[in-house]
Amino acid sequence: MDGIHDMGGMHGWGSVSIDSDEPVFREGWHGRAFAMGAMSMGLSGTNLDAFRHGLERLHPYEYLADGYYGRWLSCAETLLVDSGVIPPGAVEARARNLMGESVDEPADVAENKPSYERGGAGSLRDIDDEPAFSPGDRVRAKDLRTSGHTRMPGYIRGRSGTVCARRPAALLPDTNAHFQGENPQHVYTVEFDSAELWGPGAEAAALRIDLFESYLEAT
Amino acid sequence: MADSTTTTDRLPPAVRAEALESLLTERGLVKSEVLDGFINRFVNDVGPMNGAKVVAKAWTDDDYRAQLLADGTGAIKELGFAGPQGEHIVVVENSDDVHNVVVCTLCSCYPWPVLGLPPEWYKDPAYRSRMVREPRRLLSEMGLDLDDGVEVRVWDSSAENRYLVLPQRPEGTEGLSEEELASLVTRDAMVGVAKVSAA
Repeated sequence: MDGIHDMGGMHGWGSVSIDSDEPVFREGWHGRAFAMGAMSMGLSGTNLDAFRHGLERLHPYEYLADGYYGRWLSCAETLLVDSGVIPPGAVEARARNLMGESVDEPADVAENKPSYERGGAGSLRDIDDEPAFSPGDRVRAKDLRTSGHTRMPGYIRGRSGTVCARRPAALLPDTNAHFQGENPQHVYTVEFDSAELWGPGAEAAALRIDLFESYLEAT
Repeated sequence: MADSTTTTDRLPPAVRAEALESLLTERGLVKSEVLDGFINRFVNDVGPMNGAKVVAKAWTDDDYRAQLLADGTGAIKELGFAGPQGEHIVVVENSDDVHNVVVCTLCSCYPWPVLGLPPEWYKDPAYRSRMVREPRRLLSEMGLDLDDGVEVRVWDSSAENRYLVLPQRPEGTEGLSEEELASLVTRDAMVGVAKVSAA
């Protein structure tokens, strides 16, 4: 989907500073949000791709307002509500009560976990399909448009590059995130010249990015 | 959920986290001690000290270095490091001619078994947006100036492969032990936004 998460090449975010004394978790709730985010996938009967899509589905303000662990927390809530593990509005009501208000908390709802076939643990899969591409091949990233989950960033759409390596085959996030099957595919690292991506005035650099076979076509 | 389209009336995330934890614990779905254990693991046991051991071994053992570059996941597992976000780790080597740097533009994918959880700058929209578009300029702002002749390779971790940069061993470290070398290796150098210095 074309969302706030697809940040490659955006302008306007300013500079980056490194705090060399940064703790792993700057605030106590960061660790709690991380742990609950990681556990929310199993608890909601979903998967890592659904979690990433959960992050993308957050309103852009919600995505940014409380930083990385803020969105993990909101995403955990989203997946758990979608699957009926906790009712909609439960977190807000409980939070208000914790802050001293006295509000009614919503009753539990029917569980609604997704039902789908899993091909095993993790994301890598062994497949028998003949790879469509080999290192050295020229390829173009298809002009794909989807409102759902994908791991093809917008900045390479329609751009041409060269395959530099084939990686282990992996399940396709585009369908796995929506519980529509794993559809494992070959994965390739493709190198794009910066001028192909950003125009003739671009800083010289080679961009290497991992792409699923169905994102690519021969040129 | 609070109205996410306005900046007013949002509930503090610390309270929302406490609320969610209480909802899950009272349903018997998680135990607070389990969350504590999970958090402690990433605070104490999984972090860039793991990757530093891998780098130091590669600097002192040519066979290991060759193995690491050919099969990162396997060579790293030999030192005891594996787990989530490390299903397939590819090690890319810096040289006088090539400088590698890693980003994840779509989320913040990062090789947890060797580097732990990503630092704030890696998750910063400025890093995610700019590293693929103006890497030299951004690296310079972050304190790393590269010679004009060096090829910059930016790796956008968009699938399940995770990248670890093997930095160049600094001059003047010939007499150091593997352990002493590991103490010089920084997280930032293993992502590719810094070089390792001898002191």
